Amino acid sequence: MLVFTIRRLFQAIPILIVASIASFALATISGDPVQNKFLLRNPPPSAQVIATTRHNMRLDRPWLTQYWDWLSGLITRGDWGPSIDGIVIGSAVGHALIVTLRLIFSAILLALVLSLASGIVSAYRQYSKVDYSFTFVGFVFLAMPTFWIAALLKQGAIQFNNAWQSSFCPGDPTCRPIQTVGEQSIVPPSGFFGVAEDWFTHLLLPTLSLALITYAAWSRFVRASLLEVLNSDYVRLARAKGLTPRRVMFKHALRTSLIPMTTVTSLTIAGLFGGAIITERVFQWRGMGTLIINAINDKDRYVIMGWLVVVGFIVIVGNIIADILYAVLDPRIRYE
Amino acid sequence: MSETTSRPSAADAAAASTGMGPVSVMPPSEKTEREFTVKERSQLSMVMTRFLRHRLAISSLAFLVLLILVVYIAPHVFKLSYTEITNNASLSPRLRFPMGTDELGHNYLALVLRGAHQSLNVSFIVAIMSSAFGAPYGAIAAFYGGKIDAIMMRIVDVILVLPFLVVTGALSEHYSGTWYTVALLLGVTGWVINARVTRGVVLSVREQEFVEAARALGASDVRIIFRHLLPNVTGTLIVQATLDIAAAILAEAGLSFLGLGIHSPDTSLGVLAQQSQNAIQTRPWLFYFPCAMILVICLSINFIGDGLRDALDPRQTRQRR
Repeated sequence: MLVFTIRRLFQAIPILIVASIASFALATISGDPVQNKFLLRNPPPSAQVIATTRHNMRLDRPWLTQYWDWLSGLITRGDWGPSIDGIVIGSAVGHALIVTLRLIFSAILLALVLSLASGIVSAYRQYSKVDYSFTFVGFVFLAMPTFWIAALLKQGAIQFNNAWQSSFCPGDPTCRPIQTVGEQSIVPPSGFFGVAEDWFTHLLLPTLSLALITYAAWSRFVRASLLEVLNSDYVRLARAKGLTPRRVMFKHALRTSLIPMTTVTSLTIAGLFGGAIITERVFQWRGMGTLIINAINDKDRYVIMGWLVVVGFIVIVGNIIADILYAVLDPRIRYE
Repeated sequence: MSETTSRPSAADAAAASTGMGPVSVMPPSEKTEREFTVKERSQLSMVMTRFLRHRLAISSLAFLVLLILVVYIAPHVFKLSYTEITNNASLSPRLRFPMGTDELGHNYLALVLRGAHQSLNVSFIVAIMSSAFGAPYGAIAAFYGGKIDAIMMRIVDVILVLPFLVVTGALSEHYSGTWYTVALLLGVTGWVINARVTRGVVLSVREQEFVEAARALGASDVRIIFRHLLPNVTGTLIVQATLDIAAAILAEAGLSFLGLGIHSPDTSLGVLAQQSQNAIQTRPWLFYFPCAMILVICLSINFIGDGLRDALDPRQTRQRR
């Protein structure tokens, strides 16, 4: 197992390097940050200023040298490269990552709980009305654009807040049970419970909107996987032994059917970062989404690079963890 | 498949057993006298029968065809112009303007139809590109296996590691988004899923005897891949293409919503949603009609895909009546 883990980690390194070269090429093709910055300046800045900025942005070096400088700077000094907006990329990505990972983790958790619950019910009562309605709900969420779910939840929460305010605390604009804007209050409350409550009330809606979309795909998967297991011989044996349906479902069938979910979950991570960009836009979070959208708009080459490399790293690590979990959970699978 | 091949031979056997002599002697063009005849059913007709039994999929298909006709033809017939500015600004939906008007006085129905037009254009191109490139790619990787497979799939892994929303967004922002650049970019990142799916199917198909037989008959690798392996993946590919279409519509909408996809003056459903996101409270119809359009298109495509999956792979489902 240990050997496998180590080998897997080593295999990931070339993928990460190739991915970073690809992202560097991408960031290069996406445009010239200096030209973009000075394009609309009137009067246009002097050639001296442009030359200095180009030098600071390392644009006056050959392409391969730029990449090599970036890579060696990152590895030896932890330097993520210059930013046209004057962002310190390492700490900016770090802060944004904490915010977004909070969202992604809670969304994965909620989506798992929801899809498991509905998947179990659907598989247990296959072709019943409950099953069909869960399937239909899944189809609807699968077809809904992320921003619409987010906007609907936001509107619902605003209405709810207004109703709450008028009935419980009239005249107090800070009295809102659900927060609809930002990842935390501008003036964060003090104390552990204050901070926790603040985080939770801000997290609720973005998590829900991201989780519902993920749920749509996962619930169908749980249902299919559970149905397959329920029709297998060992479950029939368990039933024949006279075990209660509950015990058969939870002790025998469910555990086995959950094994493929590790892979499905890990494959969703990259997509969740994409979905989080849209969710963050609707709820005005200052996370990875805002960071990358601003970077793309300003063609801020090294910020795009840093973002892609960090996300790529997380996705790869997620895949490795899933592979290892897969082998731990399923004794039939041995990677040697 | 085994059913279709076994049926004529069973009929021959029946004919032979009635004492009409050896079957091979009879001229094939003559009308043979048999006690009963069995009509051969092709795989296609069987798939069609099963698909037609899937009521939800059939009604979705009818609805989608109708919608496509409306989207592509209605603006010309009814002279709906999405650029024409009337002096009726910000009207709520009413008989003359079924979807209201926006703040400049555009007929919103015309805008939504134009948006759906562009979104459908994008999604069709993405689906065609993804299948046309992804399927042969996956088939080649699976057919040769070994090192070639490993290298080709590592490339796919690299593309899957980078969120496509950012990749396409960064590029389409630069190549200022017209609908075909957005479509091309989504196609360039979208084929990897098709490649993976095709590879999975071909890996199992290539072990079957008919591939061996084809090789024994001297078929080249190219012929085996394109004439023997890929036709067997057609069913999976068609289902995957429906998923591609739905995914591309959602991707385009997401990109345009972030301001990284199609730019005004051209429009798409995502652009309309993005332009009206601040008007949800005051003029909700501006936001909800494009969103509902996306929902309706994707929902019906997903239902069609579901019906096709059931029709093409009867092992997956129990009897549906």
